[in-house]
Amino acid sequence: MCSILGIVNENGKLFSANYIIEGISLMNERCNGLGGGFAAYGLYPEYKDYYALHILLKDVELKDQVTEMLKDYVNIYKDEEIETRNVERIPQDYTPWRFFVDVPERYTNDADNYIIDLAMKINSTGGALVISSGKNMGVFKAIGYPDEVAKLYKLDNYKAYMWLAHGRYPTNTRGWWGGAHPFSILDNSIVHNGEITSYGTNKRFLESYGYKCSYFTDSEVLAYLWDLLVRRHKLPIELASEVLAPPFWEQIERMPPERRRIIEALRMTYGPAMVNGPFGIVIANGSGLTGVAGNGTMVGLSDRIKLRPLICARKNDTTFMASEESAIKAVCKNPDNVWAPRAGEPTVAMVNGDV
Amino acid sequence: MEMYSSVPEFRVVIDRQACRLCKRCIENCSFGALEWRDNKVKAFDDRCVACQRCVSMCPEDAIALRRMPSVMSAHPIWTENARRDVFTQSRTGAILLASTGNELHERVIFDNLLLDACQVTNPAIDPLREPIELRTYIGRKPRFVELEELGDSVRLKTELSPALRLEIPIMIAQMSYGAISLEAHEALARAAVMRGTTMGSGEGGLHKKLYPYADHIIVQVASGRFGVHPAYLKAGAAVEVKIGQGAKPGIGGHLPGTKITEEISEARMIPIGADAISPAPHHDIYSIEDLAQLVNSLKEATRYKKPVLVKIAAVHNVAAISSGICRAGADAIVIDGFRAGTGATPKVIRDNVGIPIELALASVDQRLREEGIRNETSIIASGTIRNSGDVAKAIALGADAVKIGTAALIALGCTVCKRCYTGKCAWGIATQEPELRSRLDPVEGAQRVSNLLLAWSIELKEILGAAGINSIESLRGNRDRLRGYGLDHTTLEILGVQPAGS
Ligand code: SF4
Ligand code: SF4
Repeated sequence: MCSILGIVNENGKLFSANYIIEGISLMNERCNGLGGGFAAYGLYPEYKDYYALHILLKDVELKDQVTEMLKDYVNIYKDEEIETRNVERIPQDYTPWRFFVDVPERYTNDADNYIIDLAMKINSTGGALVISSGKNMGVFKAIGYPDEVAKLYKLDNYKAYMWLAHGRYPTNTRGWWGGAHPFSILDNSIVHNGEITSYGTNKRFLESYGYKCSYFTDSEVLAYLWDLLVRRHKLPIELASEVLAPPFWEQIERMPPERRRIIEALRMTYGPAMVNGPFGIVIANGSGLTGVAGNGTMVGLSDRIKLRPLICARKNDTTFMASEESAIKAVCKNPDNVWAPRAGEPTVAMVNGDV
Repeated sequence: MEMYSSVPEFRVVIDRQACRLCKRCIENCSFGALEWRDNKVKAFDDRCVACQRCVSMCPEDAIALRRMPSVMSAHPIWTENARRDVFTQSRTGAILLASTGNELHERVIFDNLLLDACQVTNPAIDPLREPIELRTYIGRKPRFVELEELGDSVRLKTELSPALRLEIPIMIAQMSYGAISLEAHEALARAAVMRGTTMGSGEGGLHKKLYPYADHIIVQVASGRFGVHPAYLKAGAAVEVKIGQGAKPGIGGHLPGTKITEEISEARMIPIGADAISPAPHHDIYSIEDLAQLVNSLKEATRYKKPVLVKIAAVHNVAAISSGICRAGADAIVIDGFRAGTGATPKVIRDNVGIPIELALASVDQRLREEGIRNETSIIASGTIRNSGDVAKAIALGADAVKIGTAALIALGCTVCKRCYTGKCAWGIATQEPELRSRLDPVEGAQRVSNLLLAWSIELKEILGAAGINSIESLRGNRDRLRGYGLDHTTLEILGVQPAGS
């Protein structure tokens, strides 16, 4: 099952975590306490030029080892333990740490890929997990219900202009801190409700582009696919969505010629990137994307036969995307507009732009 | 020297009471196993190949074929077959010829692979309610798609290579006119058109009658270069260079002059009655760069409008060879496993050379991925595909599509009697004799092959639906949806598949 919720203020106004916590908690029935998490954008305005690495340490002693490893690759501007408090039901499996880093000058041309490589290297060591690596953003996740995880991380202390939340009901892998959502890479974070039947195909496709999957869960591939399509291959959001949830060949045949040529080319080229199985996802991106002005986007998308729910709503300059309308209504009594996006069609909210 | 020669394999049993002496069986037996003697049908068991023609033609169901009741003394190593072969060779002093595929290795890895299905957490998809797509494009794919903004609209900047569009991921293999009859060739071509897939011309050129179907025919260029001319290359849907085939890796071909009839001579462009010899290697290919030249000149000759495929037998080093072929510019690689069929091959080669398609396919797919060139070529697997389960498993291991040969012939009436090399096929398939050929109706045959392909497509959709997948590209290379059962650790590792239960 799983529950997902995303809230974004299109004018970039910061708001407290309480809204998203309240909304996601309403859907606790969709999860079982084996994973909850949040992504927040606009967290670190003071350090917005640095990559903020949120790292889960299996053992606090690993911190020195990770620091050494980081020092080989990047300049560490500042690091600190991410403050937590004890929450009864959450086992203390990991110690979360944050590092603000930048890339040595000779690598600045390719800084993003450099950071991804570094994150994948750290993840493959086993004891430490980079759970987010973007600028001015961060991911907080653990075992537990989402409200418990929020308590653990003292999220009520944070403000952001864009929030994602997830409550997990693990079906294909065990519940563990790393397996909780969001999955994040650079500025992209993703929360996913569903099960990916094409995981093996997607994973092997991504491997041939240098991505390594290390979280033992299907949802991870979504974050990498989005990174590959949108950041590396520079596809507009709308077309990247057509890759994840492509139209049927029969529909493609009825398209106007130029459109048809593009969609055919995408399906032929990115067939292995198609995500099969039921899904509802919300993807947040903290930077300006190809063909998109502004400082961020939030995209909601469901599979092409809509086997998972996705509801969107809008109130003034705020957009909501959720598994259930009730979660939206819990934090926004009278939205201007509520709608169910069509199967496979993306809903895009832009920061400093229009929906 | 008097010597016990060999026990016949079969016994023809005729129910004398039921027989109404119509002689139909005698007319139908192309192997001369039945004769009219003393006002009754007499059977010569040693000539019977159990092709079932008489059985199916008898109006009274009076004939039955039995395995020979008389047996040799059993020996686990000196099997009857082993002894039979020695007897034969001590008489003839010649190579043993064989047809169809490998008989020595019974184990099929596909049978030890299990497919997955959805339960609870994930809905299975009902193919009767939801569309499930099988369309497949064979050919080189770009590594990424580039777009260009033009005012408000975007345009495609990337140029796509020519690709073969298949409505189902099942193609009909290369079988030459000459090895099989014109009627069989025509039936296969018609079936390919009916189901939106392709058949292969084989290496014997194309009879004029087949040209109307040529946009569904992959024209082959083999070492003998029979029947290759500009119009032939241009007519085909794609061009396939044959380097080797699974039933006889490293071995050429020989169609005896007696089979080179006027029509075959025309299609092959060789004199009537001349032996058609395909050398073992292409005489202009002694290394990989020569192959690259041939691939390029074929592309040039077809004005870069047709994909060029290269077919090889699955030999030990198949992964490295495939990487070379991919880099030589082939748009698709056809890998023919060691169980692949043929009309005629030395038995010792058929049974002992090459490796199973499952392992070859898995290692080629993995190798091309590791080198980051998997998108540059399609992989087509052949040699053992017996049902839609094999198709699904081959695709999950990494194939873009599969080719079927024996299965298509069985649909035409072949009973796998393994006597294609005699040219006396009682079912009008592997023969050029007019009377035998007339037994095969191309239209009816096409319908049967088309039915088979349709049935497998429906089953494939059921398999996909059960796995919660609504398009074939999400099964491709999806080894997570396979489990090995009763396979050893090394085999599993090569297949990239987890053992069942894990
Ligand atoms: S076909 Fe049957 S009935 Fe006719 S002669 Fe042969 S065995 Fe007798
Ligand atoms: S094609 Fe004819 S000769 Fe060859 S195995 Fe089949 S039935 Fe026998």
